[in-house]
Amino acid sequence: MKAAVIVFPGSNCDRDAATALAHVTGRAPVMVWHREADLPEVDLIVVPGGFSYGDYLRSGAMAAHSPIMAAVKARAEKGVRVLGICNGFQVLTEAGMLPGVLMRNRKLKFICRDVLLKVETSNSDFTAGYNAGQVIRIPVAHHDGNYFAEAAVLDRLEDEDRVAFRYCDAEGHATAEANPNGSQRNIAGILSEKRNVLGMMPHPERLADPLLGGTDGVPMFRALLKALG
Amino acid sequence: MNNSVAVTPEIVAEHGLSPSEYQRVLEIMGRTPNITELGIFSVMWSEHCSYKSSKKWLKTLPTKAPWVICGPGENAGVVDLGDGQAAIFKMESHNHPSFIEPYQGAATGVGGILRDVFTMGARPVANLNALRFGAADHPKTRHLVAGVVAGVGGYGNCVGVPTVGGEVQFHPSYNGNILVNAMTIGLADTDKIFYSEASGVGNPVVYVGSKTGRDGIHGATMASAEFSEDSEEKRPTVQVGDPFTEKLLIEACLELMATDAIVAIQDMGAAGLTSSSFEMASKGGLGVELDLDKVPVRETGMTAYEIMLSESQERMLMVLQPGKEGVAKAVFDKWELDFAVIGVLTDTGRMVLKKDGAVVADLPIDPLAQAAPEYDRPWVPGTKQPLLAANDVPAKAWPEALKALVGGPDGCSRRWVWEQYDHMVMGDTVQRPGGDAAVIRIHGSKKGLAATSDVNPRYVAADAVEGGKQAVAEAWRNLTAVGATPLAITDNMNFGNPERPEIMGQFVEACQGMSEACIALDFPVVSGNVSLYNETNGQGILPTPTIGGVGLLPEVEKSVGIAFTAPGEALVLIGGPGTHLGQSLYLYALFGRSEGAPPPVDLAAERRNGDFVRGLIRDGRVSACHDLSDGGLLVAAAEMAMASGIGAALAVEGADLHARLFGEDQGRYLLAVADAAAVLAAAEAAGVPAQRLGETGGDALAVNGEAVALADLKAAHEAWFPAYMA
Repeated sequence: MKAAVIVFPGSNCDRDAATALAHVTGRAPVMVWHREADLPEVDLIVVPGGFSYGDYLRSGAMAAHSPIMAAVKARAEKGVRVLGICNGFQVLTEAGMLPGVLMRNRKLKFICRDVLLKVETSNSDFTAGYNAGQVIRIPVAHHDGNYFAEAAVLDRLEDEDRVAFRYCDAEGHATAEANPNGSQRNIAGILSEKRNVLGMMPHPERLADPLLGGTDGVPMFRALLKALG
Repeated sequence: MNNSVAVTPEIVAEHGLSPSEYQRVLEIMGRTPNITELGIFSVMWSEHCSYKSSKKWLKTLPTKAPWVICGPGENAGVVDLGDGQAAIFKMESHNHPSFIEPYQGAATGVGGILRDVFTMGARPVANLNALRFGAADHPKTRHLVAGVVAGVGGYGNCVGVPTVGGEVQFHPSYNGNILVNAMTIGLADTDKIFYSEASGVGNPVVYVGSKTGRDGIHGATMASAEFSEDSEEKRPTVQVGDPFTEKLLIEACLELMATDAIVAIQDMGAAGLTSSSFEMASKGGLGVELDLDKVPVRETGMTAYEIMLSESQERMLMVLQPGKEGVAKAVFDKWELDFAVIGVLTDTGRMVLKKDGAVVADLPIDPLAQAAPEYDRPWVPGTKQPLLAANDVPAKAWPEALKALVGGPDGCSRRWVWEQYDHMVMGDTVQRPGGDAAVIRIHGSKKGLAATSDVNPRYVAADAVEGGKQAVAEAWRNLTAVGATPLAITDNMNFGNPERPEIMGQFVEACQGMSEACIALDFPVVSGNVSLYNETNGQGILPTPTIGGVGLLPEVEKSVGIAFTAPGEALVLIGGPGTHLGQSLYLYALFGRSEGAPPPVDLAAERRNGDFVRGLIRDGRVSACHDLSDGGLLVAAAEMAMASGIGAALAVEGADLHARLFGEDQGRYLLAVADAAAVLAAAEAAGVPAQRLGETGGDALAVNGEAVALADLKAAHEAWFPAYMA
């Protein structure tokens, strides 16, 4: 599997994503500067976390207009897998590659902690390494993770089995208490129509090494490796 | 202010120069300085930049060890980690600005200390911060806590450096003068460390980073004066931070540092362009000529005075190798940062500033630096409080006492604070906040760094010698408790008005105690910062020499945390039984009394016990470890149990049970071990007091058969902060 990690000014989880990819797949990704107009031939594109352009406008809004994003969009349309983590998820929604928007957290504060996620579907190259219904532990670290979309959009996401992860309690119930940021229907991650683009607020790359306190992020990278060779 | 402004005695006084200091200015200049020159003298001789009250005593601190590459005097201290790597670190205060404008004050405090570290060629890898606020029930406190925590997080999170540890404390002495002490640790290759000493006459002087605006003019002077009712009016002197630009600046500087283009580099911190250019030239014994028309400015019509004294953030000054301007400019263009050649090094020994084609300032560098005032301020020793016997302290039923301590403002969980900090970014955080010391992996290696920040200001107030000693010993102990070898400290000396002999006495005595501990523990000072005049309306803060400690773990996977890892393990107390309740948290939090002498520190025992514990951890014989500090044995046991969800049963004998459980005697640790007999035998062989106190297991904390449910303790522990801030 060949992977690329996009680097915007202000990206700060680009190295973390690269480290996790190299650790799990044995192959270091290519780092691609946002001003490039073209991408190398890759099987997976990671849009990493951070504060692209400081997130001084809406989170991800500036980066969505970076030169590289046209290439990312074109590749996604051809079926290349795109994983947007945290700020990357925000960029993908701002670029129109995923529906909805990430608003300021309900309590208006930055939140950094492990959360529990229910894997809603194993039907994607990102989530095939988990069982549907499985509860996993992955950290969040964001100020703007409050997922919002119109009810019709949410209904459609659910009908099409495109909700990848929901915030949940230890039993897998998507309760209000388990929702760290006020996201609609506890949504933590969603898939595109063709299921080749995943945007998620939690950081799977942060728990892909036992030394760091957990490995629940590993199955995602393993599943991608398995699917993409 | 432009140079047509006349320099009157009032103007001199407004610049914080005493009449005798101004006399010295006149002697050096041989004429009346213009306003720009006066401004430069003012900031260079401010307490903040010149350390004029503290220098005499700072010189007495031990600063050397075989592993120290660079001690105090540079932007930050440098210690050798082996394998061609070094840790570069420093702690610095941003107290006054944070009280006036908590979000920006704290944010720019973080930004400033980050620059001190990456200026030297290090990639910042961890931030810590020690925060001290007024009494929880003081009307301003909540607002300040909210703003400072948001500011620390807002800056560090965006820059992408994990905030892994620190302290939060409440005390009425900080009601009008909070403390925000920020620490950054960076990693560099030992052959790629950058210093500020300029060299090479004719070499270009280059400005990079943000544009210069009118913000922060006279910040250094503000930091060198007491507060009063009108401090709110100083809001315009607080700088505004831009962490996004800082992130770009880090990446751009590190990218350029990988080439051989840079001769010297210095961040523009306090006193901005003045102190950076002045210090670089001064250290190199050279002169410097700057064309202020070339300085990138944010607004039009800025005078030389404003440009030189602005404290706009996210700016750096560099001296480049000749001919490397193009290489450097390309890097800064890539990161979309300003880049301007603004001057040149000269052999005149003078700082010459030009604007609009005319010389607007011309002053001699060496005489100004040499003549910087240094005071031997009068001081008196503090009145030492007598020892307080345990039976002079009322005993309270331990379950109530424990719940009050772990559920009160001083002992409750700080989760509300550190969950607002990204403490995992960079993917190397092995031990997250909440333990004795944070642990991060040295990226790409098996090694680790441990970091902590410590001081008990009530101890220092009661006896500054013992309190200073204890602060250093506790930092050493916290590093030891995770299995690290303590390497060195950075000290952030926060005190009141040094012109008062009793305050100066606190400073002198704290230095004395710190020195003793540094020597006995091989734990030198490699960097630091002094913040004086922490007073409001004549009311001084508790003396607060915050100690930031850094340690090395040869094998990071062998570090241990405070959380129990299994039921059925033995609890072993290292060190003697608790006896000392003077200045304890028990006495202060439950009875509102700050009485007695602080617990004495036996440095030989400290070292012996700590070396023993570290050895056990490295041998893999310890599964959890916690040093005993505020609240003594029982608070430590409760924290270990709450962190894990595994209970414990202790049998504690002896008279004065409250002192046994809550006494703050020094040099002690509580360990969870699988093989207690072997550990006790090893302790005996090493001459270390050790005692088996009980066992882990269950869902309660029990002492001599009486139990408190862990769930109740945890609920109390986690409830206070969110409820207070709600």
